[in-house]
Amino acid sequence: MSALAPIAPGLWTDEAEPRLIGARRADGEIIFPVPSGDAAALVEPVALSRNGTLWSWTTQGFEPKEPYSGPQPFQPFLIGYVELPGEVIVETRIVDASPTDLVIGMPMTFVVVPFDDARSTYAFRPERQP
Amino acid sequence: MNDDVYIIGAGIHPFGRTDGRSGRDQGVYAVREALGDAGIEWGDVEFAYGGSAAAGSADIMVNELGLTSVPFINVANGCATGGSALTAARNAIAAGACDIALAVGFDKHPRGAFNAKPSDYGLPEWYGETGMMLTTQFFALKIQRYMAIHGISRRTLGLVAEKAFRNGTLCDHAWRRSPVDLDTILNAPMVNDPLTKYMFCSPAEGAVALVLASGKKVRELGSDAVRIASVAFRTRPEGSFEVFAPSISVNGGGKPTEVASRAAFEMAGIGPEDVSVAQLQDTESGAEIMHMAENGFCSDGEQEQWLAEGWSEIGGKMPINTDGGCLACGEPIGASGLRQVYENTVQLRGRGGERQVPNGPKVGYSHVYGAPGLSAVAILER
Repeated sequence: MSALAPIAPGLWTDEAEPRLIGARRADGEIIFPVPSGDAAALVEPVALSRNGTLWSWTTQGFEPKEPYSGPQPFQPFLIGYVELPGEVIVETRIVDASPTDLVIGMPMTFVVVPFDDARSTYAFRPERQP
Repeated sequence: MNDDVYIIGAGIHPFGRTDGRSGRDQGVYAVREALGDAGIEWGDVEFAYGGSAAAGSADIMVNELGLTSVPFINVANGCATGGSALTAARNAIAAGACDIALAVGFDKHPRGAFNAKPSDYGLPEWYGETGMMLTTQFFALKIQRYMAIHGISRRTLGLVAEKAFRNGTLCDHAWRRSPVDLDTILNAPMVNDPLTKYMFCSPAEGAVALVLASGKKVRELGSDAVRIASVAFRTRPEGSFEVFAPSISVNGGGKPTEVASRAAFEMAGIGPEDVSVAQLQDTESGAEIMHMAENGFCSDGEQEQWLAEGWSEIGGKMPINTDGGCLACGEPIGASGLRQVYENTVQLRGRGGERQVPNGPKVGYSHVYGAPGLSAVAILER
């Protein structure tokens, strides 16, 4: 059992197979994350699918300036967008992959991963072959 | 009311790095250049608009320019600061509120990528903390998908950068004045895949000022004038994919550039085929490629042929970014959009020297794009 604290509350559900928490607007459109402030009253939280497809991706090769607060020394990482069919396309870290593995449209699975020694964050990884 | 509004003076402070001169002082320099070009005095300016993103308020410039009691409105509108100043100055003259107005934009950024504050954009802190709030990532993510869908090659990304640096060697206000060959561009360190370090512009310094006038004033002064056929500034429509987006709609949507471009063409009563020279937002190589299509100059995927055939070179059928664009000039946010209009003014007046577009260009098109999803288009006619 990990003692890592989520990087922020309310990003994903607290269950055995956690899911991102999106927000459904009155017009049916789903957004992520759930907005704060007065806008929160206008949406309905909704747990999102754990499975989607890769919409786009890139590498982060240089260390971002503040407010980036990742572990030292800096390790390059992958980020991308994953389309959760019929729901929303979310921006996310991509783990367990190298750039040569990634193909737009490939199946991706949600996972909670360590961010640093104290905090966890969300990510997607390529769906493992059965 | 004034039906037609003209640019009668254009001034620029060279872009790049000028140690020991503040962003605002670079702005004052550009204003004096523009006034001299227009053949007027500061006291003749009846209304002024200007600003910067990171170098302070523009109206303080009256300390140097003269305390003439001129109404001076500070513009703080991120990447659209220059475009907003131009829109406001044009509208003031069109409304008949004055006959001579000034638009000025300047900036001075520290080295390295921009570091935006999440709260300034209505975003949660974790978005920045986890390293997802970088403008460079957005452009890489957008072109990565675009290349996969529309068959754009990495080589074409490289050709855009090679053209920019080649044009920069011919331009006295450019920052990067040395050519960079295609192999060096393609094999340079990757910043955000597929974009290498030579495919990205850098935050920089610089200033641009434009003097605008009514037709009546142009006739009175006998100015070397360029007509502003249209200015359209638009924020993002529903469902668009923009910089700093933790999520995007699965339903797709419009693009601020497409909306602004259509409005500008409609207002000017012309189409993309009538444009003789264009300055398109090239934050990185892919942005120029995508903006060629979003502004209506080609269909998605045709850019591959455009770059291979050299159609966007100076001397090509529709030259793009004749001064080297953001890639060669750098991006001082407050000045960058006005630099494009400055360059079109230079080209339409036939004062481009070594980088002059041949055969007397008649229509110049400029397009700036920025956070959090906005575009401003200006069309100039000779």
